[in-house]
Amino acid sequence: MRNRWLYTIPLAIFCVLGIYLGIGLTLDPKKLPNMLDGQPVPAFDLPPIKDRGTKGFASTDLEGDVTLVNIFGSWCVACRTEHPYLMKLKQQGAVPIHGIDWREEDPDAGPRWLKRFGDPYTLVGDDPRSKAAIAFGVTGAPETFLVDRKGIVRYKHIGPVNDAVWKEVLQPLIDKLRREKSPEGGS
Amino acid sequence: MLKRLLLATALLFAALPPALAVNPAEVLDDPALEARARDISKGLRCVVCQNQSIDDSDATLARDLRLLVRERLTAGDSNKEVVDYVVSRYGDFVLLKPPFKVATLALWFGPLAFVALALIAAFAFFRRQRRARTETAPAPALSDEQRKRLDDLLKGDGS
Repeated sequence: MRNRWLYTIPLAIFCVLGIYLGIGLTLDPKKLPNMLDGQPVPAFDLPPIKDRGTKGFASTDLEGDVTLVNIFGSWCVACRTEHPYLMKLKQQGAVPIHGIDWREEDPDAGPRWLKRFGDPYTLVGDDPRSKAAIAFGVTGAPETFLVDRKGIVRYKHIGPVNDAVWKEVLQPLIDKLRREKSPEGGS
Repeated sequence: MLKRLLLATALLFAALPPALAVNPAEVLDDPALEARARDISKGLRCVVCQNQSIDDSDATLARDLRLLVRERLTAGDSNKEVVDYVVSRYGDFVLLKPPFKVATLALWFGPLAFVALALIAAFAFFRRQRRARTETAPAPALSDEQRKRLDDLLKGDGS
């Protein structure tokens, strides 16, 4: 049998396919890549939510400081889970967090939610028609974007921010970004 | 009677309008623009319910994307500009038909490669079989003794 090794080809193909498909099984199709990574924050200019007394929230507000942009909604269960941790970050003064109140059908729902559970945000914009959410490439709430001093998106976290995410990913990144001096020599 | 019943049922189903996710209020006044919007929407994946197009999906985000598509078309964007914008936000994944580029070569040519492989294997297999058949030497002729024995056996079989 001079070509005995030929018989191992199908087995080899099967194994390679199996490995690829196996890797495929471990990927979560809900986690889309961050298309904005390293790019400026998309331009948006959202009106304020009701009864908060702050101005709205626009992309130009993101220059000058390392910030988090958190997409939430009063209808979003995972946001409710995430919320106490954002409150904790606010109390610690860890990093300014801006909120995009996404897709509220009732304009009172967002403000009511924040009144009831606390308001961890510096600025909040109302985005009932997903204008900013689509510009950010958001697929579901909550999602949190880390934006550097120059207004460049540096990281996207899908799902609730919790202690593990904060300590292992966000905080180290924020520390690193804060050490980056802006080229104009500011701060 | 049965025929009539069947006919009635068939007519009933034929009369049902196709289920549409597109809300009548979303539909653009300009039929040409609306047709383009529908066309684009059919090719864009709803990122919430991932195996539906935004044209099919009832998800709110799909609706907002449909509105965005229509807004951009009304503002004068070409079909390609609209699709490129959505891809720039969500990546190639939102295209229900994957684009043709280096990263997707395996996707486009993989099936062809497997068919080719199967054809090659089949060709090699049949060629070897045929060669084996022709190469088999004819059975050696029976010796006299063997022939006699065979005749005896065949004769003896009848009784």
